[in-house]
Amino acid sequence: MQERLKQKATQLLENGTVDRILGWKAGEFFYDLTPAVFTTKEQIEKDFVFNVFAGANLSKYLIAESRKGGKVAAFIKPCDSYSFQQLLKEHRIWRDNVYVVGVQCDGMCDAAKLGDGVLSVKEEGENLIVDTLYGEKTVLKADAIADRCASCKSKKIVIFDELIGEQGEETENDRFGEIARLEAMSPEERFEFWRGELSRCIRCNACRNVCPACSCEKCVFDNANSGVRNKAAADSFEENMFHIIRAFHVTGRCTDCGECSRVCPQNIPLHLLNRKMIKDINELYGPYQAGADMDTKPPLTNFTVDDCEPSIVHERGGQ
Amino acid sequence: MQRVGVFVCWCGSNIAATVDVEKVAEVLAKEPGVVFSTNYQYMCSQAGQEMIQESIAKYNLTGVVICSCSPRMHENTFRKTCEKAGLNPYMVEIANIREQCSWIHKDKETATEKAVILGRAAIAKVHLNAPLTSGTSPVKKRALVIGGGIAGIQTALDIADAGFDVDIVEKEPTIGGKMTQIDKTFPTLDCAACILTPKMVDAAQNEKIHIYSYSEVSSVKGFVGNFKVTIKKKARYVDETKCTGCGLCTEKCPQKKVPNAFNLGLDNRRAIYIPFAQAVPKVATIDADYCTMLKSGKCGVCSKVCTAGAIDYTQKDAFIEQEYGAIVVATGFNPIKLDQYDEFAYSQSPDVVTSLEFERLMNAAGPTGGTLLRPSDGQHPHTIVFVQCVGSRCDDSKGKPYCSKICCMYTAKHAMLCREKYPDTDVYVFYIDVRTPGKNFDEFYRRAVEEYGVHYVKGMVGKVVPENGKLKVQASDLIGNQQLHIDADMVVLAAAIEPDKSARPLATMLTASMDTNDFFTEAHPKLRPVESPTAGIFLSGACQGPKDIPETVAQASAAAAKVIGLLNKDHLVCNPCTAQPDELMCNGCSSCEKVCPYGAITYVDKEFRGPNRTTLLRRVAQVNPAVCQGCGACTVACPSGAMDLKGFSNKQIMAEVDAICR
Repeated sequence: MQERLKQKATQLLENGTVDRILGWKAGEFFYDLTPAVFTTKEQIEKDFVFNVFAGANLSKYLIAESRKGGKVAAFIKPCDSYSFQQLLKEHRIWRDNVYVVGVQCDGMCDAAKLGDGVLSVKEEGENLIVDTLYGEKTVLKADAIADRCASCKSKKIVIFDELIGEQGEETENDRFGEIARLEAMSPEERFEFWRGELSRCIRCNACRNVCPACSCEKCVFDNANSGVRNKAAADSFEENMFHIIRAFHVTGRCTDCGECSRVCPQNIPLHLLNRKMIKDINELYGPYQAGADMDTKPPLTNFTVDDCEPSIVHERGGQ
Repeated sequence: MQRVGVFVCWCGSNIAATVDVEKVAEVLAKEPGVVFSTNYQYMCSQAGQEMIQESIAKYNLTGVVICSCSPRMHENTFRKTCEKAGLNPYMVEIANIREQCSWIHKDKETATEKAVILGRAAIAKVHLNAPLTSGTSPVKKRALVIGGGIAGIQTALDIADAGFDVDIVEKEPTIGGKMTQIDKTFPTLDCAACILTPKMVDAAQNEKIHIYSYSEVSSVKGFVGNFKVTIKKKARYVDETKCTGCGLCTEKCPQKKVPNAFNLGLDNRRAIYIPFAQAVPKVATIDADYCTMLKSGKCGVCSKVCTAGAIDYTQKDAFIEQEYGAIVVATGFNPIKLDQYDEFAYSQSPDVVTSLEFERLMNAAGPTGGTLLRPSDGQHPHTIVFVQCVGSRCDDSKGKPYCSKICCMYTAKHAMLCREKYPDTDVYVFYIDVRTPGKNFDEFYRRAVEEYGVHYVKGMVGKVVPENGKLKVQASDLIGNQQLHIDADMVVLAAAIEPDKSARPLATMLTASMDTNDFFTEAHPKLRPVESPTAGIFLSGACQGPKDIPETVAQASAAAAKVIGLLNKDHLVCNPCTAQPDELMCNGCSSCEKVCPYGAITYVDKEFRGPNRTTLLRRVAQVNPAVCQGCGACTVACPSGAMDLKGFSNKQIMAEVDAICR
């Protein structure tokens, strides 16, 4: 796969379709793939990487890249394509300046699941041959698959100019099982669960920075005028509030790409907050998938007479 | 920093009885920026207002906080007061220490503490206030009346009489509404058609009135003075401009088995029909549910007999866009469905009828030609039982909690007419109370009892059982303390009335509020009874509550007077509290544009200076302040917080919250 992507990238540069390529290169560790822009064949030959760790969603980078003049080609996986289309819908990406190469995705792996001391990983069919400090081992790819990919919502690339690999379909995975489990908890249990998770937050802002839906020109948390920038937390719950506020902020626009949880250095399952919102929207306003198309109106900024009334809070047992 | 003056009102004892006004003024005097603080018996009085004006001059006040009643009462008064003293009217803030404090608390200490907090929040806000200037918007000098019953007709006639254009939208093929189905009217017993049809004709002939019959309002945009309405003209498959109303088609149509809605299904009509002889407009309409030609493409009789060539089977719904300055709702009422009242055997026997059906059975243009005959066998009924309050004043879920108001009087009318026309008939009326508060109403009812010998029985009918061609009525006589068994020939049910079903979706379109019974609410139940709280929307007739004809006509004219007052103005002063985007923060995502109910937001690509002498092209929102009504929907929809409302900025609201939480 990597070779096919490299070939395509080189070809697009050489035939003048684009003048830049947005892809991935190795970061600090070989399994830590980072988005990168390539402008020459040599750079691509040397640094371009695509493997089971290419989880990073490139869509958000296109907000800036598409405005730089010239044309950029981006490799877009199925879940990235939802984010891409959502950003297009919000007029954030300049479509004319982007050439989208859709890339088939069979799920990305989580390096943490391979254990300690990993030196290199080779793909061999269904297996990963993992070389570690303690010797070589064979791991079933399915055992190392990232949690978000295990509950992948769709293998379909919803928008592309060209496709590498096969077009997929929406999957039948039960994304909301875990949410239902949280909903079944008593309010006290649930509060304890989230306190346990969110209290680990160090406010590094990685989740915000990676989130394709969190792409404001100026984030309120960076805006001196907003009154909440660099505000010292009055108590430990304020860090928790940050995530709750962010979840509301992206509600109706979050495509459930799961990047927030992937980048969290404290392993907080942040995507569960967003998924709860998606589940509620589906239940209250009818099924809706952000980024699935260009036409449907987002339920939270649309009105139909069938919309739920405020009393729904009461009907669902709220106070 | 602003120089703030605080004025605490006693409102006689309304506030002073539960709030220590002196203490409030004293504590608030210590708030930052407050240079003067006082209390007075009636701030809204001439003396109170002069005191405010003098203080503004004496202390060079730049902001004023009035702790008094709700801003809905006197905000305008105080804004004008301050404006006269040279202060921008939007530098005034009201702390509502009456409705939100003194009236709802009993403990003086708590109420005083709360009044201080409310005052503090207003002071915090006024510090961030900026002078605002109102613009104006033009008034479209045309009115829309939704519903063409007696209420709508009267309103339209009065508005047209004042020289303004007015359109009536009526969902039925003819105007006239419920009154066309009524036989006689109480308490004078004049014929409904005789007094209504001249008004229908007046409306049709008036140059200022345009009637959209067989039409519905499909969307409403805009605001007071500038509504944009789309009217759906339903396909009637007859060209209105060609049809002469000769009625030949309605005689020749071979489809004879269509329940006649005008006679409430008591007889049949053809698939092409004119509801009744005096219909306005007198134009035939094809009922698409029954027309053989429209359903199977085989027939075409009406088109063959029509000498005017008016039949058009290909006609489609047409949409008309029109602009209005004011909208009057006159959607009227319907009797409730009686499916849930089977104790009265309504679904079991055709001889159990509703009062409106009884009107048709008494009417000369009705299914029996005006002779009262039992629907089951066409015989004269000799014993008739009237049941009052069927579904009215009900505390259970199947009925309505309110009194339908008109039933006592029309039942007295029915009973009286029966006895007069058919003196051999025994007439019983079962009632909870007889309510006759109206001019000549009680006299009318007493005539029914005393002169016409109608048997009025206090008590309810428990059961009606059809048996051997009779209706066995079981009832209680509460005064005589006995059970009654009556073998009746007919039972007439005074069904409760409810707002027309079209009212609820219409209210949503108009953003006009409704009560739990789907009656439109007034801006004030006593002082503004014909206006909706939504500016530019007026209420006429039974859509606002049960009413008889005289009351409906009175309200219709009152609504017209309000509309005329509005349309007489060339310009309306706009609310200066409009939305304003911070272009540097705007993402250009269009969320605000999607939620704006007034279409006030557009987007432009605009050049901005970037770092290192570069230029960035960005898509940003722009608000047209003449169109923006300051509802604030965009400010909460904006994901980046770029949109703000002048006079109610996020910062001002947060300052208030902070002041309350301090």
